[in-house]
Amino acid sequence: MTEDQRPAPDALLEAARKEGRGRLKIFLGAFPGVGKTYAMLQSAHARRKEGVDVVVGVAESHGRAETEALLRGLDVLPRKKIAYRGRVFGEMDIDAILWRKPKLAIVDELAHSNVSGSRHEKRWQDVEELLAAGIDVYSTLNIQHLESLNDVVARISKVQVRETVPDSVLELAEEIELVDLPSDDLIQRLREGKVYVPEQVGQAVRHFFSKGNLTALRELALRAAAERVDAQMLDYMRAHAVPGPWPAQDRIMVCVNESPLSKKLVRTARRMAERQRVPWIAVTVETPRHQALGDAARARTEEALRLAESLGGEAVTLHAESRVAEELQAFARKRNVSRLVIGQPRRRRWTGWFQENAARRLLDSDAPFEVTLVPLTEKEAQAAPIQQPLQPEAFQWEDYPWAVVAVGCATLINLAVWQMLPLPNVALVFITAVLVVAIRKGLWPSIFASLLGFISYNFFFTEPYHSLAVFYRHDLFTIVFFLGSAVIVGNLAARLKRQVVAMRTTVKRTEALYDFSRKIAAAATPDDVLWAAVHHVASTLQCRSLVLLPDKGGLGIAAGFPPEDQLSRTDWGAAEWAWDKGQIAGWRSDTLPSAEWLFLPLKTRAGIVGLLGVSFANVQQPLGTEQSRLLHALADQVAVAVERSKLAVDIEEARVLGETEELRAALLSSVSHDLRTPLVSIIGSATSLSAYPGALSAEDQQQLVQTILEESERLNRFVQNLLDMTRLGYGALQPRRDWVDLREISGRAVRQLQRELKDHPVTLELTDDLPMVYLDPVLIEQVLVNLIDNAAKYSRPGTAIAVKAGMADDQVVLQVADQGPGIPEDAREAVFDLFYRVRERDSQIAGTGLGLAICRGIIGAHGGTIRARAGKEGRGTAMEIRLPLADPPRTHEADQKAITAGAGDG
Amino acid sequence: MDSQGQTILLVEDEPQIRKFLRISLQAQGYRLIEADTGRSGIERCAAEQPALMILDLGLPDMDGQDVIRAVREWSGVPIIVLSVRSGEGEKVLALDNGANDYVTKPFGTAELLARIRALLRQHPEGEPAASEIQVGGLHIDIPARRVTVDGQEIKLTRKEFEILKMLAQNAGRIITHQHMLRELWGPAQTGETHYLRIYIRQLRHKLGDDPANPKYIENEPGVGYRMVPSGA
Repeated sequence: MTEDQRPAPDALLEAARKEGRGRLKIFLGAFPGVGKTYAMLQSAHARRKEGVDVVVGVAESHGRAETEALLRGLDVLPRKKIAYRGRVFGEMDIDAILWRKPKLAIVDELAHSNVSGSRHEKRWQDVEELLAAGIDVYSTLNIQHLESLNDVVARISKVQVRETVPDSVLELAEEIELVDLPSDDLIQRLREGKVYVPEQVGQAVRHFFSKGNLTALRELALRAAAERVDAQMLDYMRAHAVPGPWPAQDRIMVCVNESPLSKKLVRTARRMAERQRVPWIAVTVETPRHQALGDAARARTEEALRLAESLGGEAVTLHAESRVAEELQAFARKRNVSRLVIGQPRRRRWTGWFQENAARRLLDSDAPFEVTLVPLTEKEAQAAPIQQPLQPEAFQWEDYPWAVVAVGCATLINLAVWQMLPLPNVALVFITAVLVVAIRKGLWPSIFASLLGFISYNFFFTEPYHSLAVFYRHDLFTIVFFLGSAVIVGNLAARLKRQVVAMRTTVKRTEALYDFSRKIAAAATPDDVLWAAVHHVASTLQCRSLVLLPDKGGLGIAAGFPPEDQLSRTDWGAAEWAWDKGQIAGWRSDTLPSAEWLFLPLKTRAGIVGLLGVSFANVQQPLGTEQSRLLHALADQVAVAVERSKLAVDIEEARVLGETEELRAALLSSVSHDLRTPLVSIIGSATSLSAYPGALSAEDQQQLVQTILEESERLNRFVQNLLDMTRLGYGALQPRRDWVDLREISGRAVRQLQRELKDHPVTLELTDDLPMVYLDPVLIEQVLVNLIDNAAKYSRPGTAIAVKAGMADDQVVLQVADQGPGIPEDAREAVFDLFYRVRERDSQIAGTGLGLAICRGIIGAHGGTIRARAGKEGRGTAMEIRLPLADPPRTHEADQKAITAGAGDG
Repeated sequence: MDSQGQTILLVEDEPQIRKFLRISLQAQGYRLIEADTGRSGIERCAAEQPALMILDLGLPDMDGQDVIRAVREWSGVPIIVLSVRSGEGEKVLALDNGANDYVTKPFGTAELLARIRALLRQHPEGEPAASEIQVGGLHIDIPARRVTVDGQEIKLTRKEFEILKMLAQNAGRIITHQHMLRELWGPAQTGETHYLRIYIRQLRHKLGDDPANPKYIENEPGVGYRMVPSGA
């Protein structure tokens, strides 16, 4: 099928990923002294002759003259001096290389560990950064430093090498050059003193350089190189869609736990996966039992998982209540796993009765997996007791008297009642006591209690009494079964207690996360969200915390708890690195571990939105597993929260923008329609008057003039409304208050609208006792004009309009009521929106959609309210204004005396 | 009352407004002279000694208020100000500066002519104020302090009478709140406009004048009161 001829997409992606990156060439040797550095420098010279810009970042000559001769003529960068514990170390200056930006950098000893205070812990991390910056790198590596071969080499050479390089780094290499030397030649060179002996192997030097060892190491190196060649060929075939039998995309899954042998399992799985060219997963299952284990044991699990990740595997933690094997199988099926790698199950010991053995269950199950058992060597098996899942609880003296007291009480109760009850009931009372001790004090006190109970039972309640001898056979049975069940029950109860404790830890973590979600959900502004985040992280982890967000081209501290606005240079360096690379950096991490703060990138699907920084008072103490897990979980949540608040701001901005757009469009249409309509009448009437002065009757002329007048006035009111709207919008419409008689104002409004009201009888119902009101007479008149004009416009000719004013609840109530069609209930609020118009069958009605919005603005500026209501008996519309009443002014008493005409007292 | 030959100076920069006012005023028999800037307006006022001046407050070269102040330094010519609606403060300021009345733009010619007539009627100076005033059914005998509405005698307090007298003697002309307060209560009381409202309200009540549709006393919101002129 043509489908199959296409290049595999992930192969192309891989190739694309390498675009723009520097190329890595590794000179691989089986052991020190084979001449890797020499070969590398020779190649460097060759490249330089080709005109390539070559820089030597670091090269170790170990005092060998040939090597030093090769260094001459090459551009060697000075090393960076780093002081540590009173000594000065020369490390490769990665910033100098990055700044210099050569085409090719020479970096010797890939497995080298940098001195504390450097940017990265390991040199291979420096090399990764150089590659990412597009710089080609030549480097050297001995096979024993390769992570996955580390234990094999240790087994062969009896020397454990601490400086290791993850295998994935070897995979980064575009090219591997094997620098080989037959074992005999090496031994010869060693004798001549031409081989630099690494410190680590100093003591074991004789053993290390034995012929058997060297041959084995050579084989390993050759095989590693061959595997890479194989892999490169596979890459090529896949990228170029060469048809052929492909290994099925199944996976290898290795099950790890807190056993110290887990790392061995991981390395084994890695080798198997590499050989088969399949992906692999390291899995651990967390159960409540697991959480009851000590921190050290859990750290071992984490280490094994981290090792798997660094070896290029995927690390997964599953959670299960108890059925570990089933959980593993379900996961394996889900991920298309074909082979499980597990450690050989231990021989059962008596405590094991109560625990399921996952390995055995996996072996016994008929699921379609190949299961590979990795055997334990004799030594490893002996080293295994630490694997014992029951972490012995600290021995506490004060628990044992409790057991004595409990059993003593049980004995007293039994002594009181035993003669009335059958014998087995006595056993039940003892078992109750054992249960209580188990639940309150744990396993060992409960076993102690069972023994005490057993003795007491035997002594007091079986014949012959007051002796430990047993007379009847059935009594013997009873007490033996009693002991058995007491131990089992005690064991179960103690386990229950441990699980409860473990559950509490989990619940606490879940609560912490839930609490955080709730706080963030309640936060209204982005600032609140950030503050809630830092506060929560700080209080949960008992540390200082920061959130850094991008700010004007750089990073800025957006929030801190306790508030913080300064960071040291090292910390800024770590923060910027974490931001650039999207990786954790700073305190106790791989990058700039000497920093005081640890920075975690806040990653979302959209990318990195910021950084979370934490700093602990005790910089020496590493993070516990639980804390580390919680920290990562919190960072995820903070990331989501920060992104969400950013989105909320974006949405709000978009909404405001959209509304402004909408208003502008409405204003334009309103202006073009409502300005033009009266102008059409005015221009039409005026042209008629000017064109046919003689042909028009006096009456017609009068009508045209009348039209011009009316329409001009309408235009005037529209312009006035537009002006007011603008001033309202700018907040410039300040009421110029004065004491006002509402009757004057209403009268003026009606007189202004004489022409519009010629078909509508207007009744003014304003009571005489209406108090003076303190308001802006001009603006309130404008409001009344708009309301009365609307009333006239929206009701049929001949119907009445009523303007009423009165007092209610210490407020002045003004009402304009018409007998028109009324406003539907659901539109009564919306009519006050700008440019809103009730859709009418009579679309001829000219309106701007401005009037009521202005009314609401003006009334609001007076501290009053305006709303639309149904008219009297549900007919028409009643616009109701309520205005607060100020203290009514008083007249001078002295002036109240009436003077009668002609009284002559003037 | 004869308007024949009386000269009116119009200071207005809009040619269209000048045009329609020229036509309307000349049709009423006034002689119109025009100026389109404040400066030329002051010059023409000095040179031609018009009987009345119509002044637009928004002029291109100088503030209309300054024109009023300049003219008032040497002339008592009646000034009518043209102003826009939102400029209540501007109107009051113009009246304080010595303008005699105002018309709000846009305005009808009838309204402007009524103002012109009211101002020209009250002039020239030196003519003794009438001792008896008749506005519609309202009759005021000033020396006798006697007020009747449709023959019915009305009892007024001293202050009410003073207010009525002031408005009636200036019928058709605007009297600002401040002016009334200053004249009747003294300079200290000019802020207490609500006294005035109360008296006007009582006065209207006694005269049987409906504030919503006044026959005698008209309200000019934010500025002052005006007695409806007889025959207007």
